[in-house]
Amino acid sequence: MEEQDKQARFEATIMPHLDAAYNLARWLTRNEHDAEDVAQDAVLRAFKFFGGFHGGNSRSWLLSIVRNTAYTWLQKNRKHEIATVFSEEEHDVEDLAANPEVLLLRKADHEEIMRAVEQLPVEFREVIILRELEGMSYKEIAEMSDVPIGTVMSRLARARKQLQQSLGQRLESGVSQ
Amino acid sequence: MNCEEIEALKHAYADRELDLVRTTEIEHHLSDCRACSQAYENIRALSSALKSSDLYFKAPALLKRRIRESLGAENKDAPTLQRSNAPTLFWWQWLKWGIPIAGTALIAFLLATSFIGPSTDERLAQEVTANHVRSLMANHLTDVTSSDQHTVKPWFDGKLDFAPPVKDLAAQGFPLQGGRLDYLQNRPVAALVYQRHKHFVNVFIWPATRNSSTTERSAVRQGYNLIHWNESGMTFWAVSDLNPVELREFVELIK
Repeated sequence: MEEQDKQARFEATIMPHLDAAYNLARWLTRNEHDAEDVAQDAVLRAFKFFGGFHGGNSRSWLLSIVRNTAYTWLQKNRKHEIATVFSEEEHDVEDLAANPEVLLLRKADHEEIMRAVEQLPVEFREVIILRELEGMSYKEIAEMSDVPIGTVMSRLARARKQLQQSLGQRLESGVSQ
Repeated sequence: MNCEEIEALKHAYADRELDLVRTTEIEHHLSDCRACSQAYENIRALSSALKSSDLYFKAPALLKRRIRESLGAENKDAPTLQRSNAPTLFWWQWLKWGIPIAGTALIAFLLATSFIGPSTDERLAQEVTANHVRSLMANHLTDVTSSDQHTVKPWFDGKLDFAPPVKDLAAQGFPLQGGRLDYLQNRPVAALVYQRHKHFVNVFIWPATRNSSTTERSAVRQGYNLIHWNESGMTFWAVSDLNPVELREFVELIK
């Protein structure tokens, strides 16, 4: 039966990525409860549109729906978070290339890193999650977020700079206390 | 390669996104340049700190179960699952018999409630209304939010196998709010969203079938007004809680 077949295919290709869907939703909404709503909404939407999925990368496909759902949710509930425009200069932080951050970073604990990622602007946070936690390629990220690869690269560079800076600062202030 | 070039490529290098030639060139530079190799080490250190910090949030078991349950409900023919750790096999047993049984019941119901069975238009009107209601309910009014027709139209490129006509009617009092992918009659369709004061209008568009009649029809479903027409090889359905007069005015403008 067709419907049954659809559900079986959905179960096999999409459902294994539920953790990825929830993780992205959790990082974009920064809240467990909202993440559950967004993830559930997105998966149901994916099910509805599943007829339009003709193979390919099922995780990217699901995550792009999670992303759309999360942005629509942010647009409605936390408009200020995505309304901010980031100019190159505004968010360009001091280059830490020459500073010996390596040792400090290794000492940064879970809480600190978590807070640092949560404080990133949403576009930066997203690219960090997709690259560092999901291990997605630039091309996959570009396709699922509908931006050029160059944009993925520069967002990632700026996101990392900002993380290095905030972790550096936090650690320094931690040391001086 | 000089330090400036490395600066631009160091992230792509750390993420192994570069081709062999560039990779080798960068490795060569890093072995000689203390500053660049430190910058590269910092990226690696950050990456491994992120990966080893347990930042991945796994979906709670309850959520997974809830999603599976609503998928069953979405299929609406499937019986409601019991709140137990029923093994998957058991689940499928239910589906296997549940769908045909519920399907038969549904057909019987439809036959009983309508004398000759619902027409295509009638079913479509229900589907359009349901999608309109859902779009307002689930925070899913738009996938691309823009009042610019030149942003909304290209957004559909590659997402649909047709190019829906997109007009902004802000000057006429119906500003375009954006677009969305939706699903009707077993196919993806374009949904354009317009606003009139506090009322939203969804316009669903997809290629018309060959023998579609060109006569315009209107209907009322669950308090929503619907107008349906075909034009230039496309099928249009406009639906809104707007009064029939203003909705008609809107349709005249969009035609």
